[in-house]
Amino acid sequence: MTSSKQALAQPATSADAAPGNQPGAARGAQGRGTPPPGGSSWRSRLYRWDMKASPYAFISPFFIVFGAFSLVPLLYTAWYSLHNVQLADLDKQTWVGLDNYQNLLSSDFFWNSLWVTFVIGVISTVPQLMMAIGIAHLLNYKLRGSTVWRVVMLTPYATSVAAATLVFVLLYSWDGGMINWLLDFIGIDPVNWRESDWGSKFAVSTIVIWRWTGYNALIYLAAMQAIPSDLYESAALDGAGRWQQFRHVTIPMLRPTILFTVVVSTIGATQLFGEPLLFGGVSGSKGGSAHQFQTLGLYMYDQGWIVGNLGKASAIAWSMFLILLIIAVINLVVTRRLRKAQ
Amino acid sequence: MRTSTRRSRRLVALTAVAALATGLLAGCAEDSDDGSSSDGGGDSSGKTTITVGTFGEFGYKQSGLYDEYMKLHPDIAIKENVTTRTDVYWPKTLTRLQAGSGTDDIQAIEVGNITEAVQTQADKFVDLGKDVDKSQWLDWKTAQATTKDGKTIGLGTDVGPMAVCYRKDLFKKAGLETDRAKLAELWKGDWAKYVDLGKEYMKKAPKGTKYVDSASSVYNAVAGGFSERYYDKGGNVVWDKSEGVKKSWDVAMEVATSDMSAKLKQFDKPWEQAYAKGSFATVACPAWMIGYIQQKAGESGNGKWDVAAAPTASNWGGSFIGVPTASKHQKEAIALAKWLTAPEQQAKVFAKQASFPSTPSVYSTLKPQDDTTAYFSGAPLTQIFSDSAKTSPMQYLGVKDQPIGTSITDVGILQVEQKGKTPDQGWEAATKEIKDVLGQ
Repeated sequence: MTSSKQALAQPATSADAAPGNQPGAARGAQGRGTPPPGGSSWRSRLYRWDMKASPYAFISPFFIVFGAFSLVPLLYTAWYSLHNVQLADLDKQTWVGLDNYQNLLSSDFFWNSLWVTFVIGVISTVPQLMMAIGIAHLLNYKLRGSTVWRVVMLTPYATSVAAATLVFVLLYSWDGGMINWLLDFIGIDPVNWRESDWGSKFAVSTIVIWRWTGYNALIYLAAMQAIPSDLYESAALDGAGRWQQFRHVTIPMLRPTILFTVVVSTIGATQLFGEPLLFGGVSGSKGGSAHQFQTLGLYMYDQGWIVGNLGKASAIAWSMFLILLIIAVINLVVTRRLRKAQ
Repeated sequence: MRTSTRRSRRLVALTAVAALATGLLAGCAEDSDDGSSSDGGGDSSGKTTITVGTFGEFGYKQSGLYDEYMKLHPDIAIKENVTTRTDVYWPKTLTRLQAGSGTDDIQAIEVGNITEAVQTQADKFVDLGKDVDKSQWLDWKTAQATTKDGKTIGLGTDVGPMAVCYRKDLFKKAGLETDRAKLAELWKGDWAKYVDLGKEYMKKAPKGTKYVDSASSVYNAVAGGFSERYYDKGGNVVWDKSEGVKKSWDVAMEVATSDMSAKLKQFDKPWEQAYAKGSFATVACPAWMIGYIQQKAGESGNGKWDVAAAPTASNWGGSFIGVPTASKHQKEAIALAKWLTAPEQQAKVFAKQASFPSTPSVYSTLKPQDDTTAYFSGAPLTQIFSDSAKTSPMQYLGVKDQPIGTSITDVGILQVEQKGKTPDQGWEAATKEIKDVLGQ
């Protein structure tokens, strides 16, 4: 943030510092930062204004779109969450204060969905990132047709959630699904993946892992290739084997990237929605008959659009937002600690 | 081990392109599902475009009704906006109705939502009860779409009269009666008798088959025969003490705790596949299920299925179409809605895809397609379904009918059937769910 702010401020200050005394023709050749044409003070003022305002104008589309489609709904949702709003009667909004939040705190379904989100988040993110590092490490060796491998890694990410989940639903089908068929070979009784408490969480996690491992692997790979080779050389001179090089050179150098992927994956896990919804099939927003894979996202959808209680759904949305803020703070503290430790 | 930075830059570019492509693909995929805009209005050729918003296929296009209407009225063009999922369609329609914009000129309403529409959205719909012969519909059908002060917000399209579809060949192998009239006689009056027959079936069941697809389908079939289920006539919530729910629950529990159910979840992929595999011998069969079976069981089931009258007259499903006041072409839309729901047109839809008309006057002349009749062993489909439609009771519906029903089938019954919970535990779970739905 700070660095980008400085970058933004720079052209403006340099324009302030250099009032114009050069012919306008030089402008095109010398580019930005060149003093404005002299003579007319109107032109110079226009030029100065241009220097100050243009950067903001250039970044404004993002902020306008963000404001219209994210910030306004965000604030509106906060307003909704303090009211009783029903989907069938949107115009009648009665103030209820913090009732919706109190309602959530006393609802088993809310705590359940929080737990489910946490569990699925952990069992999908941890193996996913560990596998991604491993795969990136392998891809970093000289391989024949390395581009092909890399593209293959990305294909799950390029598949739509709906298509991927439908295939997984068939694989995990209780009666005649391929996974139960394979389990049968090693003598394990068929598992009712969708209705079992842990089986369903596991199944949903595998869809997430399948989709995102390749993506993270490519990010790690890009970071690995930026590690200077002399570090490895000197490590090798000191007698470090491949595993030691990986542990003591690669991993420490990847630390910022790992933190980045952890943050992104955590946000993704908190908002997990499409996979469990489609995995659940008909009335999938319940997340199974005992809500065994109803994530926070699904619970919000179920309350808002199926039950029609938009006030409560808004309260869930804000709770999710607060949870993300807490995670962000924890992340910040951890990063600081790590940096100090270094 | 090292590769050049140029490589890694190419990699980054590759990643970026892939990410962009994904975004585009995802965008396309989602659009096709939705995409119902209806500013309508006259197009370049000076025609008035009427948009019809439905969930799933109503069969109007397939049976050529739109083409026919456009031929009769050259100044009208009709555009259909289909949303596949009902649970997506209805919330979207509700918000658009209230916003007063974005609705189609004609909007379909499922029976599970009709009371919510009548009680909360009546002022957003045009009164279709004027200048129309209401006696052409089944009394209870029109009554469901009419407000207390007599405003009819939707005209009846199809209804879901109940029968039982069964696999004649499997029944024969299990040593059961296969004649449809005798079977109907055997279980007449009580679904519990139908379940009893299931116990017989399981004694000699052909390998890999069960008697029925799911306990939930039996629940819905039984419940469809009661006037009072989740709400009473006065609109009070009575799900926890109504006889309809109690009876239906008990019968469903009988199925769920036995070995006669294939334990599938209706409308899921595995359920659809089970038709092709022939995993179950009977299914509660509202009229719209006929088309489903034909499509999902395919050629392998041809001539093996048969249809018998259900133990009790009952109705499951059906729809209405209404005209939102936000429509810019109300006059034309009303005319089209009346035409589409008129007896002759309903008969044409039936001929095409067996959606059963809500207009009794055509029952005597209805004729399903020859290959449909052959598929179901020559069963008198029209006779069976019209008997059920004419005698099924008026159901008292309520605002939260749909979510309450789902709580019972997809939470309560499913827990007993698939998670091995006891009926008491299942009921408790359903109760908790319903209380959450009702905000109690």
